[in-house]
Amino acid sequence: MPKPSTFKNMVLTLFIVTFLSSSAVGLVYESTKERIEEAKINKKVKALKNVLPDFDNNPMNDAYCIEGSSGNLMFYPAIKDGQRIGTAIETFSQEGFGGDIKLLVGYLPDGTIHNIAILEQQETPGLGDKISPKKSNFLQQFMNKNPRTFRLLVTKDGGAVDGITAATISSRAFCDAVQRSYTYLQKDSQS
Amino acid sequence: MNQWQNFTKGFFRENGVFVLLLGLCPTLGVTTSAVNGLGMGIATTFVLVMSNVIISLVRKLIPTKIRIPTFIVIIASFVTIVELVMAAYVPDLYEALGIFIPLIVVNCIILGRAEAFASKNSLISSFLDGLGIGLGFTMALVMLGSIREILGTGSFLGLKIIPGEPILIFILAPGAFLGLGYLIAFVNKIRKAP
Repeated sequence: MPKPSTFKNMVLTLFIVTFLSSSAVGLVYESTKERIEEAKINKKVKALKNVLPDFDNNPMNDAYCIEGSSGNLMFYPAIKDGQRIGTAIETFSQEGFGGDIKLLVGYLPDGTIHNIAILEQQETPGLGDKISPKKSNFLQQFMNKNPRTFRLLVTKDGGAVDGITAATISSRAFCDAVQRSYTYLQKDSQS
Repeated sequence: MNQWQNFTKGFFRENGVFVLLLGLCPTLGVTTSAVNGLGMGIATTFVLVMSNVIISLVRKLIPTKIRIPTFIVIIASFVTIVELVMAAYVPDLYEALGIFIPLIVVNCIILGRAEAFASKNSLISSFLDGLGIGLGFTMALVMLGSIREILGTGSFLGLKIIPGEPILIFILAPGAFLGLGYLIAFVNKIRKAP
């Protein structure tokens, strides 16, 4: 038989149950905290290696922030043998179909896009998520293009980017994010 | 009812998705691919087994009037643990399942089993019940996920198997309802067959 539902029993039981549960959750949180942090950093390091040419510095340590009217972007410089060989910019767009899209765009010193990695996206599976290089080759058309001559708009809007069929909003948001990084890159090289 | 039946009933006779129609939110939401279905199923099975075991252990110590809040606290703790562990060790799957992991808390199957089974039965029965229902749920998710992945993207487990344009609607929400509807009809047909 269960214990009778007296006030004392109920308060005591709930107290013990919540106390034990929160201790268990706290314990797991403490023991996974480092791994979760590591997983996040690993993801970024992998993305940096992907979007930049071979470098020998640690872009995470040399990162700096550029402020602007449409938000602050993080710049990760790539240096090899003392030479600046590229910059990765962590950029975003708020125009995605399923929330913010976060990209890491790697530029060569002359402003040419080396490669792009997706850090975060929640676009519709099967449609908008084709911006991911695993799902389609949409992203490849940006590689080795210089936004000075390559207009970062979908063809529908008069640009040079072939949008994804049935996912114009995601394609536009992607272009918006890349364009933002390019605007900031120009701002950075002027200063 | 013997222990073997406690385990096997979760697959067809009392399958959470096909027969009881519980836990449909994650079923419809995450089954865009077989792997997502499998991941969600395993996470849910773990929570279900652990909460069933704990609730069965403490069932005689809990005053009847506050049993539901107690169950919810126990279930929510396990869900948070699963969420943290997944974020730490399988970050890719964690990202694919997104919001649906914390939502395991409100999966009716779990509270349903706690209330209907674990709070009245012994430890071993509850363990088997949780495992059976959980694996049955996983089976349902993998079946629906496979159908949607094959028809909606033309590939299975990332491998292209059907050439040409896939039927896009199966990867979208309406395809989930369609696929689930046919699966339920199919399972009920077999179940009722003599």
